Amino acid sequence: MTDMLAYVRTEDAPRLPPPGRVSGPVAWAKENLFPTPFSGLATVVLGALFLYILWTLFRWAVIDAAWTGADREVCSVEGAGACWPFIKAKFGQWVYGLYPIAERWRVDICLVVGLLTLVPLLMPSVPYKLWNILFFLAVYPVMTFILLSGGVFGLLPVDTPSWGGLTLTLVIAVTGIVASFPLGIVLALGRQSAMPVVSLLSTVFIEVVRGVPLITVLFIATAMFPLFLPPGWKFDELLMALVGVALFSAAYMAEVVRGGLQAIPKGQHEAAKALGLSYWKMMALIVLPQALKIVIPGIVNSFISLFKDTTLVTTIGLFDLLGIVQLGFQDPKWASPQTPNTSYFTLAILYWVFCFGMSRYSIYTERRLHTGHKR
Amino acid sequence: MANAAAAQPELSNEVAVQIAGMNKWYGEFHVLRDINLTVYKGERIVICGPSGSGKSTLIRCINRLEEHQKGDIIVDGIPLTNDLKKIDEVRREVGMVFQHFNLFPHLTVLENCTLALIWVRKTPKREAEEIAMKYLKRVKIPEQAMKYPGQLSGGQQQRVAIARALCMNPRIMLFDEPTSALDPEMIKEVLEVMVDLAQSGMTMLCVTHEMGFARQVANRVIFMDQGQIVEQNAPKEFFSNPKSERTKLFLSQILH
Repeated sequence: MTDMLAYVRTEDAPRLPPPGRVSGPVAWAKENLFPTPFSGLATVVLGALFLYILWTLFRWAVIDAAWTGADREVCSVEGAGACWPFIKAKFGQWVYGLYPIAERWRVDICLVVGLLTLVPLLMPSVPYKLWNILFFLAVYPVMTFILLSGGVFGLLPVDTPSWGGLTLTLVIAVTGIVASFPLGIVLALGRQSAMPVVSLLSTVFIEVVRGVPLITVLFIATAMFPLFLPPGWKFDELLMALVGVALFSAAYMAEVVRGGLQAIPKGQHEAAKALGLSYWKMMALIVLPQALKIVIPGIVNSFISLFKDTTLVTTIGLFDLLGIVQLGFQDPKWASPQTPNTSYFTLAILYWVFCFGMSRYSIYTERRLHTGHKR
Repeated sequence: MANAAAAQPELSNEVAVQIAGMNKWYGEFHVLRDINLTVYKGERIVICGPSGSGKSTLIRCINRLEEHQKGDIIVDGIPLTNDLKKIDEVRREVGMVFQHFNLFPHLTVLENCTLALIWVRKTPKREAEEIAMKYLKRVKIPEQAMKYPGQLSGGQQQRVAIARALCMNPRIMLFDEPTSALDPEMIKEVLEVMVDLAQSGMTMLCVTHEMGFARQVANRVIFMDQGQIVEQNAPKEFFSNPKSERTKLFLSQILH
């Protein structure tokens, strides 16, 4: 019995490579697509269905589609597919809305400058971040506002109801995102505050705004709120919509950020305090950087929803991208059964490109900020 | 208390921490009862006692991570009240090392050390980094300066935490069970750093169960139970001739 219990290793066990795995497409397919007869059958059936749908979509979008034409003639023939000439004809309007055609260069400048500011801002390796941020937050909004609304420097005044299309969507989405993020952080900190009044006000704001649909917020902002103003006061509809969207998404952002704050262990607060950091320094340097990193997926989720929710401004008479597209259907010159189909299809792709871009960027950021291991 | 002071005549009679008639409650629970303690500059005090005896809470009151409700705590001449300025002043003078290290995982080791220097003491970055490297060398891990805490072993992390506290040039160091979360192999490297610090004359209050450490460096051992200081004495006396029954029972359980 004793020789069973006592044991001394006399030589090192060999270090072996892991047991070999067959690789290559055939092995992969066998392992993942046809591991059992039932799975194999499912693969074949679902695969066939998928290919069928892909094929009909391809037939609609490419083979049966009308590619050239000047009006509905080409699109309303029997069995016609996608109506691409309509998109081509209306695309300018999709981008610029009802903005005067002669003044479209002003929108172009805003879009190009915006792109040139945003791209380096999003690339961590580009220097001068502080200047970049200052330009984006201080100079760019003013510049965009002056250029788009005009009325000064000899620019033709263009009222906000004429702004529209992708331009308007971007104006609302970017303003909403940029305003709701810091506002949401402040609300989240407020809700967790040790000061009862601050905490109560933040909580009430968050719960009230979250409990109301965005459409209602927009209606209140543009239709009801002016009724309570002193006579003669009038705010721009778009401005009210912007404020409504920003406050609405700030409430959601606050709850996302709060989730992150709760995930930070008490020890982090204690260590920061023990070093003599004040509340704001503790939050700005220790707690928020970690909390926000954790909730990047939630933050981007909010941004994506905000981007798509901008379509709701159509209900208060603003023509954002979706609004302008729908407006195009009423053009009798292009009325055909395939006009809306093609438009929505293209619209979906446009929205998807923006949202997928945000999603990929968030994944990239998450990886970049990953510092190895957990505490 | 006169007893302890008499055992260490070579100590300065300057007071580092003065706690008088201090009481603390968690809701209805009376967690610290009538604490009276005078710590002289350069003293090394080890606080031990069963879990839940209030020893961690006691040292956390000294830098106001916990608030006391009754009595006085005067740290380095600064009375601890609700005055936030005074609290910040005290925290700048008092370094703390935690059981779970509490390093900032999103910052490198070097940034962990320079953070408070730069943002609290307003030290220029270059100078702060020099100070940080000095203390990282002292805890024997200058080569890890550019790594993140998550890439270090527990012992290394705790040594960084000690260096981080030392960077602020504190007059008093608090240790809250600094070796309790460490693997046995790593306890020694942390204790070595603490012994070195004790020999340099730092005023230290350590909550620990490392009785070897207490014997080697402490000039006073305090035994706490149920929120009270039950017994205190010079380590030799404390270990060889405990007076109270509770101390005897505690020592018999931890010294095998």
